[in-house]
Amino acid sequence: MDLFEYQARDVFESYGVPVLAGITADTPEEVRAAAEKLGGTVVVKAQVKIGGRGKAGGVKVAHNPDDAAEVSKAIFGLDIKGHVVKRVMVAAGARIAQEFYFSVLLDRANRSFLSLASYEGGVEIEILAVERPEALARIEVDPVRGIDLAKATEIAAAASFPANLVPKIAPVIVKLYEVFVGEDATLVEVNPLVLTEEGDIIALDGKVTLDENAEFRHEGHAALVDTSAEDPLEAKAKKSNLNYVKLDGEVGIIGNGAGLVMSTLDVVSYAGEKHGHVKPANFLDIGGGASAEVMTAGLDVILHDPQVRSVFVNVFGGITACDAVANGIVGALEVLGDEATKPLVVRLDGNNVVEGRQILKDAGHPLVTVVDTMDEAADKAAELAFAAR
Amino acid sequence: MSIFLDENSKIIVQGLTGSEGTKHAGRMLASGSNIVGGVNPRKAGTTVEIEGTSLPIFGSVAEAMSSTGANVSVIFVPPAFAKGAVIEAIDAEIELAIVITEGIPIHDSAEFWAHAKSKGNATRIIGPNCPGIISPGKSNAGIIPSTITTAGPIGLVSKSGTLTYQMMFELRDLGFSTAIGIGGDPIIGTTHIDALAAFEADPETKAIVMIGEIGGDAEERAAEFIQANVTKPVVAYVAGFTAPEGKTMGHAGAIVSDGAGTAQGKKEALEAAGVRVGKTPSETASLMHELFREL
Repeated sequence: MDLFEYQARDVFESYGVPVLAGITADTPEEVRAAAEKLGGTVVVKAQVKIGGRGKAGGVKVAHNPDDAAEVSKAIFGLDIKGHVVKRVMVAAGARIAQEFYFSVLLDRANRSFLSLASYEGGVEIEILAVERPEALARIEVDPVRGIDLAKATEIAAAASFPANLVPKIAPVIVKLYEVFVGEDATLVEVNPLVLTEEGDIIALDGKVTLDENAEFRHEGHAALVDTSAEDPLEAKAKKSNLNYVKLDGEVGIIGNGAGLVMSTLDVVSYAGEKHGHVKPANFLDIGGGASAEVMTAGLDVILHDPQVRSVFVNVFGGITACDAVANGIVGALEVLGDEATKPLVVRLDGNNVVEGRQILKDAGHPLVTVVDTMDEAADKAAELAFAAR
Repeated sequence: MSIFLDENSKIIVQGLTGSEGTKHAGRMLASGSNIVGGVNPRKAGTTVEIEGTSLPIFGSVAEAMSSTGANVSVIFVPPAFAKGAVIEAIDAEIELAIVITEGIPIHDSAEFWAHAKSKGNATRIIGPNCPGIISPGKSNAGIIPSTITTAGPIGLVSKSGTLTYQMMFELRDLGFSTAIGIGGDPIIGTTHIDALAAFEADPETKAIVMIGEIGGDAEERAAEFIQANVTKPVVAYVAGFTAPEGKTMGHAGAIVSDGAGTAQGKKEALEAAGVRVGKTPSETASLMHELFREL
């Protein structure tokens, strides 16, 4: 989960990372009040989870509260690469002398952590990495040893930060690493990390990505979720502990196992090429167990998606036998009753497949078609979705 | 032969007394695996009956190893305690530790991997978030169903559990030397490359099927490795061609971000290395059947 800048700012502050005062606002009036409270020059910053805000006109300087309210009018509602601005942060102004860059992140390729630092901040780091790689220091961070003051000093020196600033920057790097570990983050990035004309080091803008697997040990993380941006079907699925991602097609997908479901999306898309280019409506992995309960919850979510015109249930009976899965489907359709209105194409394979198919055949539900192979079933589901347009 | 797991493997289960551990230990025993005990410090000295076999419970992995000669541990410990369990297995220097647990925080995986590395990788780790490993007819360590296939000449390595089962099922007429699910997390122990190297060296394996999915660059690096080091024919499948950018697709590691980690990129890298890549699981299985007709 990515945090908004204001959330990252709050997290930084709680760990003692130096940040500027900042107040969130959802209307120009709130912006005015925030600017009054902060006093002096302020910066109004769009709160969206995407880079390039400045260029898109999402960051503006204002010299008084009226000015702040006025500039915010152009920021609220702004569409930045598909992210519409609903909230801004009004931040205290700073007199910037120099801008730097620092981040610490998960390094998948090396199964380790990596710290990136540069004396050239404020630019897009991906561009810097390509155009002037020598300006970006890459230092591996051992996940057991972490970043202590000595390591932070090593990073600051490698990044060619001015020698007289290293003793000021290194402790900030240590604190940022404490955020990384303490919050179970996979990314903590500060861009820019600034030196003010007064000689202070401040994290001016922050990006933090949290590991959802670690939610169980962070009570506060659930509150950081941006529920306003959440798809209502995704929210409903989450409540039932379903692994669901809303997509924009018309064939509802239920399968067991992340890999098989990803594969099912592909196979349905290929089949759709012959049937009006219908596409998958969602990703839904009901897991290895595939009990009647989970099947019911899954069908409940998918059948309430108004875009869905047909449903493809693709289950490989590995851990669970196909007869149990078939009973799950029959049970789910009973529970849903009249709410089940869209055709279901079911493909079962693997353990006890003969018994499973027989159960579905005996139940004889008018909405259910049983197809033997994944490819044929995808074709059938795509055909039915196209026919129902 | 087979890789990493054979008829001489002696298996212990960390988390044997939990519901998942008990259920899958029963399935492993039923498929002929030699399970010699479990680990649970709070129940040390007791025994549990599973599938008519009486299994002793030990206080630690080290104790279990010295009493039984165990060389493989299958770990079913819940996410909050998994790091401790894996580190215990590493410290006992067991040969193979298979981490089935899904949902382990990435900082924990990073830590136990760094710990394993600092110990010279004396313990091979498979997983986490994986279905385990099976050498059909010899041993089965994890949750892969043993009934869907037979022993044979194909080696399989996959990030996904159910796609492993699907492929084993489609190629059951040919059969497998070893099938290994390496897991869908961003940090895993055994990689595609480790498995490819072992299959290349295994005389029983005649051809390899590799299953990948979106996210990271493991498939691209595997392609480079194949080009330089693998002489046996490789057939591959990559899942997630139609996955949208920026969304995690079930597996924690399955995400296309900033245009990197796409299925198309992986397919192209593999094809450039001379690997035949199927568009769907069934087409991939056909490619393998075709290959055996040519052999």
